[in-house]
Amino acid sequence: MNPRSWTSKADRRAERLARAAAALGTRLAGKRVDTDAIGDLLEAVLEPGDRVCLEGNNQKQADFLARALVALDPQKVHDLHMVQSVLALPEHLDVFENGIASRLDFSFSGPQGARLARLVSGGRLQIGAIHTYLELFARYFIDLTPQVALVAAHAADAEGNLYTGPNTEDTPVIVEATAFSGGIVIAQVNELVDGRTTTLPRIDIPADWVSFVVKAPKPNFIEPLFTRDPAQISEIQVLMAMMAIKGIYAEYGVQRLNHGIGFDTAAIELLLPTYAESLGLKGRIGKHWALNPHPALIPAIEAGWVESVHSFGSELGMEDYIRARSDVFFTGPDGSLRSNRAFCQAAGHYACDMFIGSTLQIDLDGNSSTATLGRIAGFGGAPNMGADARGRRHSSPAWLKAGREARAGRTGAAGTPRGQKLVVQMVETFREHMQPAFVDRLDAWTLQEQAGMDLPPIMIYGDDVTHILTEEGIANLLLCRSDAEREQAIRGVAGYTAVGLARDRRAVENLRDRGVIRRPQDLGIDPRQATRNLLAARSMRDLVRASGGLYQPPRRFRNW
Amino acid sequence: MSDVPAGLETLQFLYPGDRPAGAFAPVLVGVVGSGNLEVMLEAATDRDDCAVRVETSARGFGPIWQAVMDDFHARHPLGGLRVSINDMGATPAVVSLRLDQAVAAIGPIAPDAGGRP
Repeated sequence: MNPRSWTSKADRRAERLARAAAALGTRLAGKRVDTDAIGDLLEAVLEPGDRVCLEGNNQKQADFLARALVALDPQKVHDLHMVQSVLALPEHLDVFENGIASRLDFSFSGPQGARLARLVSGGRLQIGAIHTYLELFARYFIDLTPQVALVAAHAADAEGNLYTGPNTEDTPVIVEATAFSGGIVIAQVNELVDGRTTTLPRIDIPADWVSFVVKAPKPNFIEPLFTRDPAQISEIQVLMAMMAIKGIYAEYGVQRLNHGIGFDTAAIELLLPTYAESLGLKGRIGKHWALNPHPALIPAIEAGWVESVHSFGSELGMEDYIRARSDVFFTGPDGSLRSNRAFCQAAGHYACDMFIGSTLQIDLDGNSSTATLGRIAGFGGAPNMGADARGRRHSSPAWLKAGREARAGRTGAAGTPRGQKLVVQMVETFREHMQPAFVDRLDAWTLQEQAGMDLPPIMIYGDDVTHILTEEGIANLLLCRSDAEREQAIRGVAGYTAVGLARDRRAVENLRDRGVIRRPQDLGIDPRQATRNLLAARSMRDLVRASGGLYQPPRRFRNW
Repeated sequence: MSDVPAGLETLQFLYPGDRPAGAFAPVLVGVVGSGNLEVMLEAATDRDDCAVRVETSARGFGPIWQAVMDDFHARHPLGGLRVSINDMGATPAVVSLRLDQAVAAIGPIAPDAGGRP
């Protein structure tokens, strides 16, 4: 019997590199691969059954490498196991349809959710698990380490150093896991610099972690996901934002937080320099953020509310503004943003005292879900933001107050003093087309049955939710002491939905007397004061003006 | 033939008036646009009840309108009042807000009693 090799990963990497060198010949110079040789490179390095990370982020996409992967011969390359955070492009599923890949572990599939569900029910692919971002990144270092990573960067130099630009996103975590476990890293770039006459603005990924670099024929695709036009914010959203600021931000003194992506939280951002300022809250709330560079935050930044923002990714059009506000954003010596999804997810989980965001459905236990029938959309980052950090040990006033409310009167382990993260679900009782946000049973349960999942895809578990905020009021679930009380607290803010109409009116009034439910009037808010005039910006143009012309929104958001 | 466009649903509610609204110039708030509505209040000195007429593009929500109007009447138990609503799929929250804005625009007769559903 031969003694076992302890260097099989390194040996395999050497074999892959040798195969590539042989296949490419003069089309490979150092680490640079000719654009039209990409198919030959992929066929040379990939082996059937490989775990492959095709960088699909929330925003930045390795789209050229995705198209190249789809075009391979499934006779040669097949049964790949895709391990990537986001399925955003059609090509991310084409690889399953044409037999190149067969197994998938991922986090979020937003735009491809319906097609993914069809492919699963047709037996074209097997899902290992649906993760949160941080959870999938963690598994890159345990049992889902990629053998080949296909990533996107803005530019590379002659040695193969990479500049990712503002949208660093997932690249560092993917490359680290792959490069340090005998894997191959292939980067598509928008630009090549020679390192002498032209140089990289900064190095985000060092060259010896990168195996090959190829110039893409077109710059990689980036989606402006976090731009919300203030013109579309409704009076009801203004009302709810006023309630959030007065009833939660001020009440707990929330200084460190993460906001969701929707119009509800954009309204809060736009009320900081106006309504919150009038309440004397400047300096008392909203100093530190784990947040993408939301254009809606510009007026608050300009008014001096915001001390720091660390970002998961960037946002198109915000580049020059970020560069000019380097006190606030994390920027390199070159001046441009350095985002990092893994670090920002960790920051949002451990170093923020509050997550506030919207959802599609909430049940009587406070479980919430964005799953809808016929779609497998996944989780993204919300469950990491919207969950109590059980491993947290440092304290802050907001965290301690929430913990005290949750533990008052309890004994034993449940009464041991500790803090708790504020997790706020902010929803209008009816969404558009009169879809109720409150339901007796989440669609997630039916989806579980349809897709044969181990668990229903619940985005935020009810026992992590601390407050539910609707136009009717705020339900503070920390103060509820039984399942029945919790149910009535939820019904009591569920408005005219069937769930709301079925409330026990006496129980709800009792909860209101105890401050478990607080109406706008209880907070000293007259709903008639909730007008769009309170918004610090009421249009995209206002945002541009507030930025002093530094913010340059993508064309589709320009209507002037 | 009625001049109501196809697809619209008409709902009517009648409430006894506890407090006379008195004479006032007609009040119009809101706009007829997607997700919004127009509320008109008119003095009806010839009657002492409150007559509500709703024309809505969203069919099948009669019970919710009933609950919204019941609560409106509990907040503002006005008599001698005609309420006309043109709705384009507004949510109950927007409907209640417009009704309260309209009553506020009448003038100082109606103290807000609070207490939605």
